[in-house]
Amino acid sequence: MTSTILTSIAILVLAAFVGFQVISKVPNTLHTPLMSGTNAIHGIVLLGGLVAIAHADGFLSRLLIVIAIVFGTINVVGGFLVTDRMLSMFKKKPEPVASPEDGDT
Amino acid sequence: MTPGTAFFQDVDFITAAYIVAFSMFIMGLARLTSPTTAVQGNKIAAVGMLVAVVATLLNPELDGADFALIAVGLIIGTIIGVPAARNVKMTAMPQMVALFNGVGGGAVALIAWAEFRELGGDLSTELDVGIPLVFAAIIGSISFWGSNIAFAKLQALISGSPVKIPGGLFVNIALLATAIGAGVAILLGSESEGLFILILVASALLGNLAVLPIGGADMPVVISTLNAFTGLSAAAAGIALDNYALIVAGMIVGASGTILTDQMAKAMNRSIGSVLLGGFGGEAPAVEGGSGETGGTVRSTSAADVAILLAYARQVVVVPGYGMAVAQAQHTVREMAKALEKKGIEVKYAIHPVAGRMPGHMNVLLAEADVPYEQLREMDDINPEFGRTDVSLVIGANDVTNPDARMKADSPIYGMPILNVDESKQIIVLKRSMASGFAGIENPLFFNDKTQMLFGDAKASVAEITSELGQL
Repeated sequence: MTSTILTSIAILVLAAFVGFQVISKVPNTLHTPLMSGTNAIHGIVLLGGLVAIAHADGFLSRLLIVIAIVFGTINVVGGFLVTDRMLSMFKKKPEPVASPEDGDT
Repeated sequence: MTPGTAFFQDVDFITAAYIVAFSMFIMGLARLTSPTTAVQGNKIAAVGMLVAVVATLLNPELDGADFALIAVGLIIGTIIGVPAARNVKMTAMPQMVALFNGVGGGAVALIAWAEFRELGGDLSTELDVGIPLVFAAIIGSISFWGSNIAFAKLQALISGSPVKIPGGLFVNIALLATAIGAGVAILLGSESEGLFILILVASALLGNLAVLPIGGADMPVVISTLNAFTGLSAAAAGIALDNYALIVAGMIVGASGTILTDQMAKAMNRSIGSVLLGGFGGEAPAVEGGSGETGGTVRSTSAADVAILLAYARQVVVVPGYGMAVAQAQHTVREMAKALEKKGIEVKYAIHPVAGRMPGHMNVLLAEADVPYEQLREMDDINPEFGRTDVSLVIGANDVTNPDARMKADSPIYGMPILNVDESKQIIVLKRSMASGFAGIENPLFFNDKTQMLFGDAKASVAEITSELGQL
């Protein structure tokens, strides 16, 4: 038991350092998409629902887990899609508009 | 069972798939921090998620699980999630993120509850499962309800202005103590499901009451905080379920979300503490909404007058805000800018880091309207230019232009960096009415002698100005 929990905690601590390091200085423009992206990633809770349903007995437990799976799926699918839409501004630019630099006379 | 399926159902294979998945999350996140790689980063993370989900479905632990129920859950979630993400307006994206974050937290809380039932209610013998479960229940529930309130505020279902709750901090501490107390009782061996529900309910109330007093302008910071919370709760659930993918992905979000929250708060010149400790300024006296002190008169003008003013300017700075987003006026604004440029007038856009409802909101909208990137100027870049600007055209922005933030020490937004619009020679403010901004406070800019107001829908007003420009 102890060794399992310690392994988990070791992973937890390392993941925390990765999380702190991976985000350095982010331009303001990307704050919202980045938040939305991390939001989609914690949709990983969906896996928790999937694993938990295997040993869920009784109507209430199963109902709770199915709702959790629904929630998790919304989090994942909606999260990644909405992030992608936010990032549309960084996708291909069709017509490079020539901006007349200072109209002299 | 064929040897092939046996291989894919091997626990080591699944763990390997998880390692691939969270590597992709990390790569994706790293790419999300730069404009050139962000789109790709999001896709990499999404593929990582797909890998993780597929691997989990192959998990031998799931043998005998009711796959019909899983399918029902996945399908309903997709049916709700996809259209929600697809159809949400650019203006409503922040509250959408809040909602998606909330359901994630809700899922964690529900899983914790179901696991508690599955363990027969006795968590005292397995504290390495019990402690993370109680933690997941508390944080998940706070995140779910807090996010819902954030959503309701941004969606204007409830008032966006700070709601003062009598004894707020004390009540919140009491609620947290209740939740933790119930958790400890369970960990000491109480098998009462009622106690577990008490944890969820006390945390739910805490989530509600903690977010209610916070003004709408601070909501991005709140959503980001709750986002990090959900990550932490997912990591805790991962420890309880002994699932590495959950631990790693949850903790990375918890940690990076904290850094991001800090950066967002700094962009608004606020500290996370002062935001979360309730309302603007925390201890500061509540602000009277009345216009008593500012007073003064407001001059209203017509589109034709604005067109003339603009036509004879050398430099025009457009200051977009939430009003432009609501009216979906970005394309019309771009048309007007083109008309001005044709007359040799220089047009720039002043982008306040938190104009609109979220950082980057304006950039997204203006980019959608193909405004050249060079014309978008960040606050520090444009502020020195206002003195040389003939006309500033404020389109639906309010709090981010409020000079009180610079000058009035008792103002609730005092100290927030603002766009120094009041330094330009003429100011035109497009606004629907004299209603105050999201922070719920008066803006003396509107009463400035140099300011003229053009009331009406931003899009219609700008279109009118453009057509008047064409006739000059």
